[in-house]
Amino acid sequence: MKLHEYQSKQIFNKYGIPIPKGRVAATAQEARQIAEELGGRVVIKSQVLVGGRGKAGGIRLAKSAEEAENLATQILSMEIKGLPVRKVLVDEAASIASEIYLGITNDRAARRPVMMASAAGGVDIEEVAAKNPEKIIKVHIDPLLGLRDYQARDIAASIDLPREHWRIFGQIARGLWDAYVACDATLAEINPLVITADRRIVALDGKMVLDDNALFRHPDLAEMRDLDVEAPSEIEARKYGLSFIKLDGNIGCMVNGAGLAMTTMDIIKLFGGEPANFLDIGGGASADKVAAALRIILSDPNVKAVLFNVFGGITRGDEVARGILAALAEVKTNVPMVIRLVGTNAEEGRRILADAKMITAETLADAARKAVAVAQAA
Amino acid sequence: MSILVDKHTRLLVQGITGNEGLFHTIQMVEYGTNVVAGVTPGKGGEWVLDGKIPVFDSVKIAVDTTGANTSIIFVPARFAPDAIYEAADAGLELIVCITEGIPVQDMMRVRSYLDQKGVRLVGPNCPGLLTPGEAKVGIIPGDIAIPGNVGVVSRSGTLTYEVLYALKLVGMGVSTCVGIGGDPINGTNFIDCLRMFEEDPQTEKIVLIGEIGGTDEEKAAEFISDYLTKPVVSFIAGQTAPPGKRMGHAGAIVEGGAGTAVEKVKALQAAGVRVASHPEEIPGLLS
Repeated sequence: MKLHEYQSKQIFNKYGIPIPKGRVAATAQEARQIAEELGGRVVIKSQVLVGGRGKAGGIRLAKSAEEAENLATQILSMEIKGLPVRKVLVDEAASIASEIYLGITNDRAARRPVMMASAAGGVDIEEVAAKNPEKIIKVHIDPLLGLRDYQARDIAASIDLPREHWRIFGQIARGLWDAYVACDATLAEINPLVITADRRIVALDGKMVLDDNALFRHPDLAEMRDLDVEAPSEIEARKYGLSFIKLDGNIGCMVNGAGLAMTTMDIIKLFGGEPANFLDIGGGASADKVAAALRIILSDPNVKAVLFNVFGGITRGDEVARGILAALAEVKTNVPMVIRLVGTNAEEGRRILADAKMITAETLADAARKAVAVAQAA
Repeated sequence: MSILVDKHTRLLVQGITGNEGLFHTIQMVEYGTNVVAGVTPGKGGEWVLDGKIPVFDSVKIAVDTTGANTSIIFVPARFAPDAIYEAADAGLELIVCITEGIPVQDMMRVRSYLDQKGVRLVGPNCPGLLTPGEAKVGIIPGDIAIPGNVGVVSRSGTLTYEVLYALKLVGMGVSTCVGIGGDPINGTNFIDCLRMFEEDPQTEKIVLIGEIGGTDEEKAAEFISDYLTKPVVSFIAGQTAPPGKRMGHAGAIVEGGAGTAVEKVKALQAAGVRVASHPEEIPGLLS
């Protein structure tokens, strides 16, 4: 789950990282008022969860409160990469002497967190990583020890930060680590961290991505979720604990297990069809969950066929079969359904479904061929 | 022979009185696995399976009493890290964690701790292990595989069943099947299993089932080309997965253009691995 810039910066500030004075506004009038409080010269920043806000005209400098109001009016009526701008952050404008990148993320390959820093801040760090990897300093952190002070000093020295800033940089690095741990982040990033003309260090921008699996222990953070970035069907799916991703094809897929769900999509494509979604009903799928999944799949008008591929393990075939029956009783549909049921309690499941009008298949390839054929015939 | 689990496995089930724990304990016992103990804090002194398996309050007491050497964990994600630490501290050699949804920072701490202790973890978010005819430690349906000489290692659960089933349909047997799990941070990776299969005299061929996300398949490819003498066949799931989306498994995501199925297939093919275009092609590529 991604947090907005203003949310990330508020969290950073709580952990001792200096941020510009400013507040978030939902209307141009509010933006004007904040600008007046800050003395007029402010930056108006659209709060949407996509990159490239600046290039899209979503970040603008205002020299007066009146200009702030005008710019906020414009920005609040914008859509950036398909997402509506609902809030703007109004920050005091900073005079920048230099820009640094500082971030922490999980290094999968090293199996531990890595702190990354670069003197080339303010630009797309992935671009720097691709073109000039030597300009990025990486320091792995022992997750049981946490960031050590010497590591922060080493980073400061490696990016040629003047010594006068080392103490505050250490405090910022420590704050970023604490925020990353406390929020169960998978990414905590300051880009840019700027040294101002009056020699202060301030986090001008902030980004956090949180681990969805850890939100159970952060109900306050879970509430910050921005639903604009997700398709309505994906939001609905999450309520039922379903893992669902909408795609553009016409064959709906209901599969147990993520790997098999991906494979089912792949094989539909291999046999000339296009999957309409990724859907993993998960382990131990109850009848309720299966019914919800079917409703969600059929809410997409593009869907011309549904392929059920269930290989019983934790998920029991009979349970899934009952779910399908319950769902079919509730959702009246003429969309043809192909089903393949194998594994734990599969025979009982097939017995339960014997009277439902479904096309049955033995193998995965057979199921995919049949689903592609009925979707093309529709 | 086989790897990691066999008829000498003395299994302890953490979370044995829960729904999933009990259901799969029954399945494991029916398969012939030697389940010697269960642990559910607060239920020590009880018995499950009609008085066949004693339940203990702690892993330490269970191990001291029954001589268990392997643990399987069926406890919910919020308690699973503690269950892993408890099993490691009780001196178990092998811990298998089925639980899905453990926060990734928890797993980084767990892995760091286990590495210091030299304890092997399989999983989490995995279906466990199956050595056909000897032991089932996990949730892989026992009847979909027969004993044989193919070693199987996979990041997935049900996709693995699919492959086992396809092998069985043509009469191909399996030495051991290891589900290493779909999380970004896990205990045992492809290379660990490839090394064990290479050393296992029963295993003659290997099937590696990967998916999008991370670089474990690419590293496995490098390892295969440098060290492996046994033939490897592979399948990679997620050719059609859109970038930036997490495909169910916490670890299955193409990030910043890295971790795509295409790259993985290319790396494996360059290492001499035959890559199937769908799981049911695997038996043909093995023979």
